[in-house]
Amino acid sequence: MAEFFKLFSYLFIWRALIVGFFTSLCAGLLGVNLVLKRYSMIGDGLSHVGFGILSIAVAIGIPPLQTAIPIILLVAFLLLRIRENSKTKGDAAIALISVSALAIGIVSFSLTSGLNSNMSAYMFGSIYTLTNSDLVITVIVACVIIILYILFYVKNFAIAFDQSFAQAAGTKVNVFNLATALMTALIIVVGMRMMGAMLISGLIIFPPLSAIRIFKSYKSVVIASGIISVICFFIGTFASFILSTPTGASVIITNLIAFSTLSLVSLLKTSLLRKARRGV
Amino acid sequence: MLLEVKDVSACYDGKEVVSGVNFTLDAGDYLCIVGENGSGKSTLLKIILGLMRHYTGHVHFPMNRKLRVGYLPQQTQVSKDFPASVFETVLSGCVNRRPKLLFYNKSDKALADENLKKLGIFDLKRKAYNELSFGQQRRVLIARALCATDELLVLDEPVNGLDPMTTRELYKLISELNTSGMTIIMISHDIENSVSYANKILHMSTFSAFFGLTEKYIETEYYLSNTRSMRSDIINNG
Repeated sequence: MAEFFKLFSYLFIWRALIVGFFTSLCAGLLGVNLVLKRYSMIGDGLSHVGFGILSIAVAIGIPPLQTAIPIILLVAFLLLRIRENSKTKGDAAIALISVSALAIGIVSFSLTSGLNSNMSAYMFGSIYTLTNSDLVITVIVACVIIILYILFYVKNFAIAFDQSFAQAAGTKVNVFNLATALMTALIIVVGMRMMGAMLISGLIIFPPLSAIRIFKSYKSVVIASGIISVICFFIGTFASFILSTPTGASVIITNLIAFSTLSLVSLLKTSLLRKARRGV
Repeated sequence: MLLEVKDVSACYDGKEVVSGVNFTLDAGDYLCIVGENGSGKSTLLKIILGLMRHYTGHVHFPMNRKLRVGYLPQQTQVSKDFPASVFETVLSGCVNRRPKLLFYNKSDKALADENLKKLGIFDLKRKAYNELSFGQQRRVLIARALCATDELLVLDEPVNGLDPMTTRELYKLISELNTSGMTIIMISHDIENSVSYANKILHMSTFSAFFGLTEKYIETEYYLSNTRSMRSDIINNG
């Protein structure tokens, strides 16, 4: 236990905790609309594309995060277009883009530094690779996202609930959809170093699904999703310190446990309610 | 004049589904759009609502370019597990009342309450939308549409899938709204009720279309052939 507390004297631990807090909070909030609008695939696609871009940036020797951000925004825009224009082929197209980016990333790593621990850090995440500039960028990006999220909240609900109604009422639906996709792209690139390219989309998809199990109004789901995401992050991270397991994977497993528990609770609740009704 | 639709044509998958539709609406009109399946009724509605951009001809609102429209979609793609309370849903009708304002204020909330009462679902306010019956959900969505507009209500088959009792209540309600000054555009399969409530009828069919006052419509072949076939159905089945 003493060793566990000793960890907190290291700067890199604090860096990881701060980056993780902001990333998981934003992911939990943005995830609600992505899951409800059936855009989960876009999150997954973006994380793989992000991996591809970062690995090329590392290969050429340019600052990874600063390079990745503008490119990933462009990709987010494209993926959204693909998803909305062709209903049937959109899914396949996103999967194609995502595996291609992954392959390009792996090849570019193997050509330059080889398939070493550096690549594994990008794919599965590592808290040791975070730099001070990563920390600053994450906090800035997260604050911008949280502010925009609150400002767009009302429109986002109307659009997620019924897009054609919102459009008929005069809401610029495309603008808000794009904004959500761009914010998701940003949080994915920023959180990827720590959570890993293969795992970051879990951070977006799990918390809202868990929240939906037990809450029935949009507002409560949004708040719960943010809170669940942050709690799971801290539990997963501390567990990973104690068990010396990779942080990203541990956080996702914590989310999985939370999701299963809440699903079970909601199942029990409905069956009890049904029994009670039958009894009366 | 509130709305003018002039020579509107549109294609869907390379096939012309709406061809050369013309009509005009005044404030306070009650228009029913009738016609068989695939005659382009829903497509025309989408064009009027601005949800479909690819069409030829003109749709315009001469009095007020930025008319707010309250829309009741035929089926919403709202998934079964979408978390939303009744109040959140109705309030979301106010989404564009003041486009610059980013949050709902007291008057929006009061309006949502008022419309909940108008539709007799105020006691469901805190319930989850997806746990309501189909008829109750329709009412919630009409309350939402009323929050969006004071002028024009557009309803795409509002009574589809409702039981006869709820259907009657809904027709009565829509008619009351119309009497209090709301302009109504409604797509309907139910020609009998359309004729008894609406003052104007647009009958769309693949080759031709009729638009005019209801009194004129009931004298046309569109209406007569329909009632004849209905009578022969009754005779055959009975």
